[in-house]
Amino acid sequence: MADALLEIEGVSKRFGGVIASDAISLTVPKGELHAVIGPNGAGKTTLIAQLAGEITPNAGRIRFDGLDVTALPVDRRSQLGLARSFQITSLFLDFTALDNVALAVQAHAGHSFRFWRNARREPQLRDPARAALARVGLAGRADVIVSKLSHGEHRQLEIAMALATSPRMLLLDEPTAGMGPEESARMVKTLRELKGELTILLIEHDMEAVFALADRITVLVYGRIIASGAPEAIRANAEVREAYLGEQEAAHG
Amino acid sequence: MSVPLTPRNALVAGVIGILALVPIYAAAGGNTFMISLFTRIVILAIAAVSLNLIMGFGGMVSFGHAAYLGIGGYAVGILAKEGVNSGFLQWPLAVAASALFAVTVGALSLRTRGVYFIMITLAFAQMVYYVAIGLDRYGGDDGMTIYKRSQFGGVIDLSNKTAFYYLCLALLLAAIYLVWRLVHSRFGMVIQGARSNERRMRAIGFPTYRYKLLCFVFAGMLCGLAGALLANHTDFISPALMHWTRSGDLIVMAVLGGMGTVFGPVIGALALLVLEEALSGITQYSQIILGPLFLLVVLFARGGIDGLLVGGRHG
Repeated sequence: MADALLEIEGVSKRFGGVIASDAISLTVPKGELHAVIGPNGAGKTTLIAQLAGEITPNAGRIRFDGLDVTALPVDRRSQLGLARSFQITSLFLDFTALDNVALAVQAHAGHSFRFWRNARREPQLRDPARAALARVGLAGRADVIVSKLSHGEHRQLEIAMALATSPRMLLLDEPTAGMGPEESARMVKTLRELKGELTILLIEHDMEAVFALADRITVLVYGRIIASGAPEAIRANAEVREAYLGEQEAAHG
Repeated sequence: MSVPLTPRNALVAGVIGILALVPIYAAAGGNTFMISLFTRIVILAIAAVSLNLIMGFGGMVSFGHAAYLGIGGYAVGILAKEGVNSGFLQWPLAVAASALFAVTVGALSLRTRGVYFIMITLAFAQMVYYVAIGLDRYGGDDGMTIYKRSQFGGVIDLSNKTAFYYLCLALLLAAIYLVWRLVHSRFGMVIQGARSNERRMRAIGFPTYRYKLLCFVFAGMLCGLAGALLANHTDFISPALMHWTRSGDLIVMAVLGGMGTVFGPVIGALALLVLEEALSGITQYSQIILGPLFLLVVLFARGGIDGLLVGGRHG
């Protein structure tokens, strides 16, 4: 594909006898919101970890904007514009919300071998951080210590931090995990606003959110892609219904 | 820039005031021992401040920090023995040698974390300790007297107890100011972020290792300077300078005073050494009282004495 931003080619990862990623190939073009769904243990988080650089695949290639990043460490990939959020909230709990986001801004504002000026008084770090907080609806909570924020606010902050690194692509690992319906709706709204502006790879359990947002959907089962296509096609796919959707609908019904 | 009158600022001003008045009080009472005690307190406070930079702010619990006291001290002692008495040479060399040692230790130990980090820093410190014991020419196990303090060509005479005390105090205040600037700078934010959540730091794009390594080297250099001061203070060097229990003492000072505040370790050094001195007048088993006291602070005052007096963390 000509304008592919992320190209995954035959990526495999095994942990002992468990195959977490089984020759996964996937291409995400610029501007697409691509959702990856699958039952628990399908290897979705392992896939994101390999894309972000925390886990090295046993085989296969990952290209970002034409550049082979398979061997690049996490921080270098972040510098290239590949940002991730964590399924299990991973923040700087003893800092304020604004400090958290300002650190993300700082990471992409040149090197940090600057020893004298008070970083908390630098508008070039604080202003973009405030803007990112505002985008996710946390403008009023900027000066609250993160450990005092609610779970839903933590999830929003995760997104704000990813955004603050001025990424070209977001890897979002279950942004609505553990959220109530109201918070979940607010997150979907945030994501809808980001859609089109950024390329997004979204892992999500909330099917309503997935079908509302995704341009394309890939279904992962036991580390293998069983289907990939437009939402309608996925909804109609018999194998998918059996492996995953049906199971959920049955549970709901 | 005006300084707001917060409880912490009042406490800091009070402690600095007391430290500044020590020589005057001692002179009035004709008590030269007091100057000697407080010179020691101020020097070890510098060492504790440097340890707190990596431990309190960077989350790097080094159990070998006294090695730098030894390296700084031996740099002065060895040069003095070889006839090089200029402080302009001795002190920069003490700091440079400490930096070199810190680069080596840091480059290896910072790839590990937790207990492994503690053990590697301890192992390196023990190595230097035994090297010092092996230096027969420089006193070996028994140590060696330094007959001439560092010379600064008429700028300052270190054998004048009051002048030396004020020099140490000035260096302590300078160190506190520098560390304070450092921890609030971009560099300091990276260091603190790495303590808080290193995985996330890397995910947002920081190559944390190089920042931590430089921070580790800064702390080593500052402690090396404290070592040079200590050798001048005691006119003596011996491997005991860097015995592992002294590394423990420095940790106790930082924890006792309040980790994660720049000034906390000064209060810790003051409290520990004054208590030790006072208790040694009463009983030779002062540790029996100090031990439980330390335990109480750790259990009930997580912010150390500083947190107990002021409340809150940050500063």
